[in-house]
Amino acid sequence: MSNRTFSIGGVHPADNKISRECKIETLPIPETVYIHLGQHIGAPAKPVVAVGDKVKVGQVLAEPGGFVSAYIHSSVSGTVKSIAPRADLAGNPQMCIEIAVEGDEWLEGIDTSDTVITDFPDEASVCLEKIKAAGIVGLGGATFPTHVKLSPPPGKKCDMLIINGCECEPYLTSDFRTLLEKGEQVAIGTAILKHILGVDKATIAIEDNKPEAIKHMKEVLANLRKVSTRFAGICVMSLMKKYPEGGEKQLIDAVMHRQVASGGLPIDVGAVIQNVATALAVYDAVQKNKPIVDNSVTVTGECFPRQANLLVRVGTPLRFIIDYLGGVPENAVKVISGGPMMGRAIANLDAATLKGTSALLFLTREQTVRGKESNCIRCGKCAEACPMGLEPFLLNRLSRAGGMLDALEANAVQDCIECGCCLYSCPANIPLLDVIRQSKVQVMGIMRARAAAATAAKK
Amino acid sequence: MNKLLVSPSPHIHSKTSTASLMRDVVLALLPAAIVSVVFYGLGEIVVLGTSIISCIVLEYLITKYLLKQDNTICDWSAVVTGILLGLNLPASTPWWVVFIGAVVAIGVAKMTFGGLGQNVFNPALAGRVFLLVSFPTYMTDWQIPGGLFGADAVSGATPLGVIKEGLLGGAKLSDLTAQYSWSDMIFANIGGSAGEISAIALLAGFGYLLLRKVIRPYITLSIWATVALVSLAFSLAAPEQFTGPAFNLLTGGMILGSCFMATDYVTSPMSIKGGIVFGVGIGFITMMIRYFGSYPEGMSFAILLMNAAVPLLNNWFHQKKYGRA
Repeated sequence: MSNRTFSIGGVHPADNKISRECKIETLPIPETVYIHLGQHIGAPAKPVVAVGDKVKVGQVLAEPGGFVSAYIHSSVSGTVKSIAPRADLAGNPQMCIEIAVEGDEWLEGIDTSDTVITDFPDEASVCLEKIKAAGIVGLGGATFPTHVKLSPPPGKKCDMLIINGCECEPYLTSDFRTLLEKGEQVAIGTAILKHILGVDKATIAIEDNKPEAIKHMKEVLANLRKVSTRFAGICVMSLMKKYPEGGEKQLIDAVMHRQVASGGLPIDVGAVIQNVATALAVYDAVQKNKPIVDNSVTVTGECFPRQANLLVRVGTPLRFIIDYLGGVPENAVKVISGGPMMGRAIANLDAATLKGTSALLFLTREQTVRGKESNCIRCGKCAEACPMGLEPFLLNRLSRAGGMLDALEANAVQDCIECGCCLYSCPANIPLLDVIRQSKVQVMGIMRARAAAATAAKK
Repeated sequence: MNKLLVSPSPHIHSKTSTASLMRDVVLALLPAAIVSVVFYGLGEIVVLGTSIISCIVLEYLITKYLLKQDNTICDWSAVVTGILLGLNLPASTPWWVVFIGAVVAIGVAKMTFGGLGQNVFNPALAGRVFLLVSFPTYMTDWQIPGGLFGADAVSGATPLGVIKEGLLGGAKLSDLTAQYSWSDMIFANIGGSAGEISAIALLAGFGYLLLRKVIRPYITLSIWATVALVSLAFSLAAPEQFTGPAFNLLTGGMILGSCFMATDYVTSPMSIKGGIVFGVGIGFITMMIRYFGSYPEGMSFAILLMNAAVPLLNNWFHQKKYGRA
């Protein structure tokens, strides 16, 4: 047990990690994959293949479409069938490359063996270039291109690299399994990231509901330190289980006791955060020349017939995964991509997975349907729960009154991280976050317009 | 499964609801209600029963026929108001006086403002103070507990009342307080409204609410601290004129008020800092009324006065925000 955690708010939903004993198993390759061109935050990638081209696993399909963008690789070998819009998880059309699978032929130079390689290149630029070429994006959910995050703007100095192994969302276990089964690779990935950033300290932060992972990583690091001095300065930190510990602002508070100012970035307080899955992807890219072609997905839910952690090729249709495990249960009403607190409800099961798809969660009506809204009883539970120290009851009232954007900005609606703690804890079932989200969009729009006007005036 | 349900996150909800919170408050008040029924007998059953039933029926009728809204009695808040009002009245109060109290509590203090969550003043206290001002004879006819079915209940004044009268009559404070032993005050052997008589039963309920995280302790603790400090200062300065901390903390509805009435969600501040200021205000006003006012007991007035200051306190004191000074 650990006492260390973030200082403001937070909630304690039951963690329901019912798939924690399920080893990561490799899902068979489907007949067709659909690879999205926009799998990251930033500009969509630009395709470099044409219909009819033969491609191999790991071959570049699309190049970055801007500074904040990423390479996209083929996750299978076969023939490009089409490059056209296709409905994504939410049902919105997105550009996709459709590939008909033929065999499983990998691009030359990619090491597909299980041998663990401890020694990595000395030049940070070589490592960084490999990370960029491998199309690595933050796999903790935000899918921000990793090479951009690893190049801090001039004048900003990194004091600590934090590897986020909190997995604070209920149900999810893919990071936990990765730590247990590929702990060495994660540790080496961490050392590579630490080397690129030129920082002395790295912390692998894990919540104390995963004692096996904490113990295992400590042993792995102790062994690696005997082999090379490059693993000095990497430590494992146990954090008290509390949601949303894995939120980057909360994690920095818990690990470094520092807080990022409103509108600021982690690097402003000397922190760079990477997810466990990202550290593994970095290892694969630098040590094995392997781009992101697959990722671990937890498939779970009390109503789901078989709990699983699967290694899935990017672009696999959801229906293929679900059918492999026994189909959609009768009593499931909602399928979520990600965890139950911040994940997105899926509207289209014919959609395909993305690099950042971490879980498919099935919930029944009883588990997910909200109760009827009633009067606010001013209990203050929302304010007690908010990890940003906001007052959701007040933001809700201001939003619903209409025309109160100045007051909403003064009460920091723009700081909302949309973690869902307020709505989760409201005894009156008030849709606090739904309302706050809308106001946040409006207020941030005004703030951006104001900033743009100020820049224009300077010129 | 035919259609997928699509809605924004979060997709799960805590088990806590308005009804579950209010039910916890009812459970927390049960020990005190049972103790008062045991000690006061039939009269207390009539008072509590009338109060609870009137509150529920009145809320039902008002939502259905006056406001034409969904009925809200299932949220248990009317039951809470009913018990609190009942515990605030002498066991000898006639049923129709209790009913008038319920009309003021539910009809005036709660529903006219828009029902649960909208009221400015604590409904049960508003009802109690209305009765205190309108029916002083009934409201000061306190009994020394005589036991369930016991006919030997003796009419008498509350300890604070006895002392106020005595001091005005020129008696010495030490003689007046000598008649109350600590065990009497802790175990329900003094005159008072039902809810005042057993500190232990009330504190057990308060402990339950803290344990279940229904309420936070800041408001209660700041009231106690203020009452203790103010009465300590006064009693040290003039021991023959002012009662001391222990006496003030254990009498006159201090525990019922500080644990259950001042901590009412709706009528207390939202922030911790606001809650502390709120509690200090209640403690201070209570002591000023007890020492210098014409009423022997000041808790109800102090809470109602501070209820009126809550919007201001909410405006002044906010939660500490992440990453902001």
